[in-house]
Amino acid sequence: MSVLLESLIELIRRSSAEIPDDVNEALVRSLESEKKGTIAESAMRIIERNIELAKRKSQPICQDTGSVIFYVTCPVHFDTVTFEEVAREAVKEATRKGFLRQNSVDSITGKNDGTNLGPGSPTVHFHQHRGAATEVRLVLKGGGCENVGAQYSLPQETLHANRDLDGCRRVILDAVLQAQGKGCGPGVLGVCIGGDRATGYEFSKQQFLRLLGDRNPNPTLDALEQDILKTANDLGIGPMGFGGRTTLLGVKICAANRVPASYFVSVSYMCWAFRRQGIELDAASRISRWLY
Amino acid sequence: MLPLVAPFTEAKIRALKVGDEVHLTGIVFTGRDAVHKYLHDGGKLPPDVNLRDGILYHCGPVTLKDDQGHWKVTAAGPTTSSREEPYQAEIIRDFGIRAVIGKGGMGEKTLAACREFGCVYLHAIGGAAQVLAECVKRVRSVHFLEQFGAPEAIWELDVEAFPAVVTMDSNGNSLHRDVFAHSQAELARRL
Repeated sequence: MSVLLESLIELIRRSSAEIPDDVNEALVRSLESEKKGTIAESAMRIIERNIELAKRKSQPICQDTGSVIFYVTCPVHFDTVTFEEVAREAVKEATRKGFLRQNSVDSITGKNDGTNLGPGSPTVHFHQHRGAATEVRLVLKGGGCENVGAQYSLPQETLHANRDLDGCRRVILDAVLQAQGKGCGPGVLGVCIGGDRATGYEFSKQQFLRLLGDRNPNPTLDALEQDILKTANDLGIGPMGFGGRTTLLGVKICAANRVPASYFVSVSYMCWAFRRQGIELDAASRISRWLY
Repeated sequence: MLPLVAPFTEAKIRALKVGDEVHLTGIVFTGRDAVHKYLHDGGKLPPDVNLRDGILYHCGPVTLKDDQGHWKVTAAGPTTSSREEPYQAEIIRDFGIRAVIGKGGMGEKTLAACREFGCVYLHAIGGAAQVLAECVKRVRSVHFLEQFGAPEAIWELDVEAFPAVVTMDSNGNSLHRDVFAHSQAELARRL
């Protein structure tokens, strides 16, 4: 087995079975803040036990092991073709081992061949840089939370959302309201203001690569992130939509330029089972460091 | 925590109220998107699958076959139920289902069917695939595996002390409706 293949299988295994530390810390705080004796508290206790069990048994945290999305930062001249071939092999092998569910369905025939391979499955995004390091990040994005993502085109009359930051705030909070219960809260929002329909969603998802505790370097977006987080947690939606104090664990917002005619706000939702890991590879493609 | 143990009689189900936490013991059948559409389109169940007074679980588990050829469920949390809203009420009526397990709750049609036919909606903890897989003691059988693929197949499972919360009862109450109305009003005050 090639060293790269082995490293990628380990990345998939760990992504599927272990919650990253930054998310786990936020979940523990959320458990502590729920009122004792409520069903919200019970839900958080089960979530905590689930995280511990999955790690110990090296089995999927959630049975929906999601869309498999790789983000690769690599030096110029990196062989992306070989990488993608090995990534596909790693997904197939990780599925055989039960780290991933047989989760990829042919959209025309409805057939699931059990390999998790097909058009767009997995997805690999490459980003070249002038440095020497190769970093591979992986997000496993479950379908339940993917289904509650939303893209708004402003102005949006029914929500009284104009083409300004208040309009953005209104539609983002509408997405939180509509997602309740379905997206396995407490969750995390990734948002992109601007872009086109494709890049808007793409950039909103990339926000999930940020650490939960980081702060946005743009003061306007930072203020919006903090405001949405606080407001969402004051709505009483709570874990699983049972009612309670934690609706969101974090909000991450970026902006992209837009053409004058378009003003999209793209909202991606990540469930509490926030599966994201990353590795740095050495020259021999061994894992030299875990990124989260 | 209330034990909810088979047989699932109408009286036991009608006694449950929104907010009750239950530990379920007995047989559950998984069934999700493909199964609901198939039954709604007039598809027949295999002769040895009887859903009457039974429990339907919106779940697509991760399953592995061991060396002896026995199926093992290694991850088994609920999937989002609202996708089955167009079909659920008729399936409750036609197949005599006493409880639907899922996540995220269901709509008015299903709530009305729960009231009319004596059924409840049990909310399992979404994403808690390991805690819930531990409650699966045995895979009794699997149907439509070839046709629908593993996540969409009907898995007949023995479960023990499976934790869930009653969020829609047979008296017309729905926690989802209440939380939505409350949070919508709270949001309106903050815009």
